[in-house]
Amino acid sequence: MKEEQNHEKAKRYGMVIDLDKCTGCGACMVACMAENNVPFKEDESKKLDSITWLRVYKLTNRKPFPDTEICYLPRPCQHCGGKGNHGHSPCVSVCPATATDYSKETGIVSQIYTRCFGCRYCMAACPYHARYFNWWDPVWPDGMEKYLSPNVSVRMRGIVEKCSFCFHRYQIAMDKAYYEGRGELEENEYQTACTQACPANAITFGDLNNPEHAVYELKKEKNAFRLLERLQTNPKVYYLSNREWVRRAGDNYLEKEKK
Amino acid sequence: MDSALIPKGVKRCPTWQFALWIGAAGAVLLWGVFAMLLCWFKGLNQTNMNDSYGFALWIWADLAVIALGGGAFFTGFLRYIVGKDELKNIINYAVLIGFICYSSALLILAIDIGQPLRGWFIFWHANVHSMLTEVAFCLTCYFVVLTIEYVPLILENRQIDKVPFFHRLGHNMHEIMAVFAATGAFLSFFHQGSLGGVPGVLFGRPFAYREGIFIWPWTFFLYTWSAAACGPCFTILVTWITEKITKKKLVKQNVIELLAKISGWMIGTYIIAKIIDTLYWAKVTAPAAGFNLMDFYSNNPFYGIWILILEIVICGVVPALILITEKGRKNPVTLMTGIILAVLGACVNRWVMVLQVMAVPVLTFESWAMYYPSWQEVATTILPVAYGVILISLSYRYLPVFPQEQELNPEA
Repeated sequence: MKEEQNHEKAKRYGMVIDLDKCTGCGACMVACMAENNVPFKEDESKKLDSITWLRVYKLTNRKPFPDTEICYLPRPCQHCGGKGNHGHSPCVSVCPATATDYSKETGIVSQIYTRCFGCRYCMAACPYHARYFNWWDPVWPDGMEKYLSPNVSVRMRGIVEKCSFCFHRYQIAMDKAYYEGRGELEENEYQTACTQACPANAITFGDLNNPEHAVYELKKEKNAFRLLERLQTNPKVYYLSNREWVRRAGDNYLEKEKK
Repeated sequence: MDSALIPKGVKRCPTWQFALWIGAAGAVLLWGVFAMLLCWFKGLNQTNMNDSYGFALWIWADLAVIALGGGAFFTGFLRYIVGKDELKNIINYAVLIGFICYSSALLILAIDIGQPLRGWFIFWHANVHSMLTEVAFCLTCYFVVLTIEYVPLILENRQIDKVPFFHRLGHNMHEIMAVFAATGAFLSFFHQGSLGGVPGVLFGRPFAYREGIFIWPWTFFLYTWSAAACGPCFTILVTWITEKITKKKLVKQNVIELLAKISGWMIGTYIIAKIIDTLYWAKVTAPAAGFNLMDFYSNNPFYGIWILILEIVICGVVPALILITEKGRKNPVTLMTGIILAVLGACVNRWVMVLQVMAVPVLTFESWAMYYPSWQEVATTILPVAYGVILISLSYRYLPVFPQEQELNPEA
């Protein structure tokens, strides 16, 4: 019924991240945490139970000096379309309580915090480690709760959370568009926090289906690739790099397939 | 003191000795309950799980006890559906062990979820595409069936049986038990299978992922098969341990050997299927995702190829060969070796399909994730063992669990 009523063309929001531009500054991570009320621990040295919706990985070409090269790879949720792009993302298809859902309208994989009961099957299913469990209740330093975003609910202990492509920004932009009698958004009306925070303009965000959005062409570049494409997860985050070793690092290859 | 409750014609240890035994098991149980309460009130930060290890010791324990509890449905199937009448002498115990295993699995699941009070969402907001939903439904239904199968045994207690209503109820329940055995076998096929489907459908995890038929990956069938094969071995193992502790023969050897023989053939056929599955996965499925077999078994401190050999050869082929041959079954040492190896095989299989799946890196720039459980995880995993010991002890003392006990121990 919902789909029948929607006369607009289905959107497929996604990202193109130019890894040759990324300096690894981490501004995207900070912006993401501030925007989405992501909790943190007093001691953040143990990263295996830290929550980082957007994590910047440091990759090397594993060559000794002076041939060593570094690449920083920001990894948000990949908002996978799943096999055949039907919305059966690795995580969505396994969640027993329908607490994570694939929107046919936007292509965004959502997480329903009030429904998740913390079985963590989605975390086991996600090959990108993009899902995080709230091992603790969030504790904010005194006064910091005043700086929390009112647009994003904070999450409680015992549930899973992940990058939402700042979905609340989409909702706000759509509310405004409807109010103004429009059904479509301009490209700049809905942008994620990380995209706007990146000082190097390495992240481009938009509707992958819309030829008027920059990502439409960017994703077709010959140096574009996605992470673990062979698994047929169909991510909506594309990466660009002119460096062969970086592109090769995006997937697993057999010995005979290596150059 | 409690002699009025003990079945007629059998000998039981003095009450003080029994109380001491229960007290010891109870102390372990309390330790587990304390850890469980810590997990419930303080949260899963009490564990050593992390974002790489969303599934860990508890999920393994769940999968393992359910596989080993498979002795209940398969023995019931053989006794009531196939008509292996001799198995009536061990079916009570198989049901009791199954009941303990399944109630333990449900308890562990209740500790394992981050928001236990929302546990019912799995039924209310059920996602029909999720294997875990199927597990939850079938597991709960089968637990009800096991309870129905266990109740008539409780009603046979000397004092309860004196009440005419309970006597008739027990009798009538016995009469229709075949219906429940068939229901149990049907449900078990699906929940054992859907537990296999839990790792098998993970197409983002090449170590776990398997192709299959329609919506069912091959692991669906392999789990059912291995549970039917190894579950009865666990029943035999627990019977053997009970005999050693009570210093009595409780089940005739021909019954044990019959069950062991059937298990042997089940393990034999299962392990052939498992070898075919492993070869296809190693040669076709994993390479399609860019992985060589040895990528899964190298560059880490624990998971070597030894674990695959242990699972398939030492705990698969060897027990199958022992239990299939009459010579192997007749010799008590080789018989129990085969039984223990088969039980271990099911446990190792469930271990690798849960913990190794989490350990193997999929992104090329990540490395192996290692894990060891916290004491709270260990305590809550031992908790069901203590609970099982107590329930078995109480049942053995006060209920006629072993129909052949009196005949085998006439001096009592």
